[in-house]
Amino acid sequence: MYTEKVMEHFRNPRNVGEVENPDGVGEVGNPTCGDMMRITIKVKDDKIDDIKFKTLGCGAAIATSSMVTELAQGMSLEDAEKISRQDIADALDGLPPQKMHCSVLAADGLREAITDYRSKHPAEEG
Amino acid sequence: MEKSIYMDYAATTPMRREVLDAMMPYLTDEFGNPSSLYTLGRRTRGVIEEARERIAAFLGADPREIVFTSGGTEADNFAIKGTVYANEKKGNHIITTPIEHHAVLAPCHYLEKRGFDVTYLPVDEYGLVDAADVAKAITDKTVIVSVMHANNEIGTIEPIEEISKVTRDKKVLLHTDAVQTFGHIPTKVDVLGVDLLSMSAHKLYGPKGVGALYVRKGTKMVPVMHGGSQEQNRRGGTHNVAGIVGFAKAVELAEKEMDAEAKRLIELRDYLIGGIVERVEDVRVNGHPSKRLPNNASVCLNGAEGEAILLSLDMENISCSSGSACTSGTLDPSHVLLAIGVPAEVAHSSLRLTFGSTTTKAEMDYVLEVLPPIITRLRAMSPLDASWGKKC
Ligand SMILES: Cc1ncc(COP(=O)(O)O)c(C=O)c1O
Ligand code: FES
Repeated sequence: MYTEKVMEHFRNPRNVGEVENPDGVGEVGNPTCGDMMRITIKVKDDKIDDIKFKTLGCGAAIATSSMVTELAQGMSLEDAEKISRQDIADALDGLPPQKMHCSVLAADGLREAITDYRSKHPAEEG
Repeated sequence: MEKSIYMDYAATTPMRREVLDAMMPYLTDEFGNPSSLYTLGRRTRGVIEEARERIAAFLGADPREIVFTSGGTEADNFAIKGTVYANEKKGNHIITTPIEHHAVLAPCHYLEKRGFDVTYLPVDEYGLVDAADVAKAITDKTVIVSVMHANNEIGTIEPIEEISKVTRDKKVLLHTDAVQTFGHIPTKVDVLGVDLLSMSAHKLYGPKGVGALYVRKGTKMVPVMHGGSQEQNRRGGTHNVAGIVGFAKAVELAEKEMDAEAKRLIELRDYLIGGIVERVEDVRVNGHPSKRLPNNASVCLNGAEGEAILLSLDMENISCSSGSACTSGTLDPSHVLLAIGVPAEVAHSSLRLTFGSTTTKAEMDYVLEVLPPIITRLRAMSPLDASWGKKC
């Protein structure tokens, strides 16, 4: 049911863990199935300098979390904020329809981490 | 271990070679319609009646009390709808449990929408029903009580013999879904005291798509299929001859091997459950410790999610199942685990291993070797850190 890419990210998830002294933290729960994710970021020059995740969830939740960290790494906050569920699913060569909701965790988690960073660092903003 | 390990026998079992051999003639040369009068038809009619006798004898029943169906789901639907529609003058009340298979629950939900009243009995932390609660729930409008013989997820075996004392005393029908027990532990209908009992061939090394409902003599039923006069007008339709023959063969084999196999599996079961509890921290064992199917191990491994556990085990060539929301299709955790009081987030981490004829101790050892690191890895990935330890 999952693509090879999803399985590859499930087997070898990138950027698992928490960055030290994070500049932004995003914590989201999936209302549909009760899964959870915590994403931590380090920001430098308005770019994502380091990013890590922890996820409790299905294979798709873990793979999308891993993928969003890979996509966002090194991106400007402005661009990273625009990563959508669809972008994440596409980067994984698609998700089964009943698993599309899982990518919500990853997309929302990242946005929340950026929002958290901005709320703590209003002066540094563009 | 290179070979793949199948640990989902509660979902279905591999059909035995002897069963296929018994079926083969009826998929080829012996194709006559059992309802036809000429020799070719009479011969298939004959084998169906032999199969009926074999299954009836195994249940301690009369052959006329067996209605062949397309499996467990049809048998359950027939048991419930067939009796309540035939007894509308008596009443409109059904009693069942919240842990039944969907094949019982869905017809009950359907009937509720059509004006029937359904009582869902309480179950304890093991999923056990108390016969005293059955007695309390029965009213003069009650037509049928349906309590499964053993639960397919958590393995708990219900006290059907005690419940039947109540239903007999109060003169209401008792149905049991014996899909998980038939051919595995004793299911004599007079010992259990049931009026209706559902069976499915593919759970005992028989073919898929065939089963039966035992219907005690004198039980009023409306047909499950309106059509030809097959099955004493209770289920129209040309018989699944090969399927029925295969079903009977599977029963014949089960009759010979059941007791020794149950003993063997109980030992393996307790070895596996004990090993998981010993090697993985914070495990919740679901279901009753001893009133339990010989082949069922059900646990919650809190802090890891069921589908992720299944995928990880699949990568190690182990096939099994989970009651987690992420695997359910509906995204709700197992109704059985919720009913026995497992919190939703814990139910999310459930793992069901069910075994059978091919299972060996070496396979159990392999599971015990690969499972703990999988759980450690998934827990390390979880944002709940240490908090998972306290919830089980
Ligand atoms: C307890 C129980 N009842 C009913 C069924 C349905 O049986 P079948 O697959 O033959 O329709 C199953 C099997 O999934 C079961 O485990
Ligand atoms: S996150 Fe629960 S179904 Fe995917």
